[in-house]
Amino acid sequence: MSRENVLVSAEWAEQNLDTDGVVFVEVDEDTSAYDTGHIPGAVKLDWRTDLQDPVVRDFIDRAGFDKLLSGKGIGNNETVVLYGGNNNWFAAYAYWYFKLYGHSDVKLLDGGRKKWELDSRPLTSEATQRLATSYTAKEQDRSLRAFRDEIIAAIGTKNLVDVRSPDEFSGKLLAPAHLPQEQAQRAGHVPTAINVPWSKAANEDGTFKTDDDLRALYAAEGIDESRPTIAYCRIGERSSHTWFVLHELLGQRDVKNYDGSWTEYGSLVGVPIETGRTGKGN
Amino acid sequence: MSDGCGAPVQTAQLPAGVDAGKEVVLSGRVVAGDAPVAGAFVRLLNQDGEFTAEVVSSPEGDFRFYAAPGDWTIRALHRSGSGTAVVSAAGPGIHPVDVPVA
Repeated sequence: MSRENVLVSAEWAEQNLDTDGVVFVEVDEDTSAYDTGHIPGAVKLDWRTDLQDPVVRDFIDRAGFDKLLSGKGIGNNETVVLYGGNNNWFAAYAYWYFKLYGHSDVKLLDGGRKKWELDSRPLTSEATQRLATSYTAKEQDRSLRAFRDEIIAAIGTKNLVDVRSPDEFSGKLLAPAHLPQEQAQRAGHVPTAINVPWSKAANEDGTFKTDDDLRALYAAEGIDESRPTIAYCRIGERSSHTWFVLHELLGQRDVKNYDGSWTEYGSLVGVPIETGRTGKGN
Repeated sequence: MSDGCGAPVQTAQLPAGVDAGKEVVLSGRVVAGDAPVAGAFVRLLNQDGEFTAEVVSSPEGDFRFYAAPGDWTIRALHRSGSGTAVVSAAGPGIHPVDVPVA
């Protein structure tokens, strides 16, 4: 994998808004931003209502993904370019999710909505019409997705990368600071996890740092490239951002995203938790 | 209140169900002179300068963070300019802070 295959610049995107076989998809948790203005021709995906099962805490199943993408007018052979707010957190999550269901050509728009807006590029509130397709997903690729028991087994044996902010890692905060801090789960991190906040991989405008900078960052933090890696955060979207960096940009082979993340781990009875900044590498 | 991690729409008033007696709230407006700046990317940095959260300012320029006691830096980035402000929070309650951009 290399950067050109998985990432497009805002310039490239603006030049390819009308290119056949390229579909832009905005992904957010709160889709009101899309409704007031989106990249011309982009369709929207709602992180919660479109991608999560409404009852069980899990993803929509394969048939559900077929139906979703068919209805959005996305074909199996199209190049899907994902972007969104929150520094592309949910777009990166959708990227990982599209890969999980085997979509072959997916790319992230570098910098997402933020870079697009800072550049004053065009946005429209005009509805996007696309003809329905007949999409066929593959079985979930479980080599990309980690579950809770794997996390416990990974303590001390695999690279566990906690990508939350240092204050969430230490237990001082229970959620990103734009959310209220009264939360059900316990505070802290998985023992032996290394804290490399997702934000260290991005510039202030939301674009990714260079491959050389990224490689140096994870090496300096003590990620052992010879070991498998699992990334986690609070609900799995910031860790998708880091999964994208490690697996897609840097080409590390065995990297999983733990989408259960801290809201699951911090609620489990009896599992080990560390607090403070004492994790490996700190 | 959302159980996801996305930044919610920013409002001047504290959302229903949020207890200002328990939460350390850092809130204010992004301003250029006296005028509010909408659509600015507002970032909360901890005492080591580490990213802690980011929201987009409302049409009235409002932003709000739920932090912990301590010293915080708030940085706003907009296509018209950028700016920084600092705020210290001793404990729960609403701690007002405006961020000028130029």
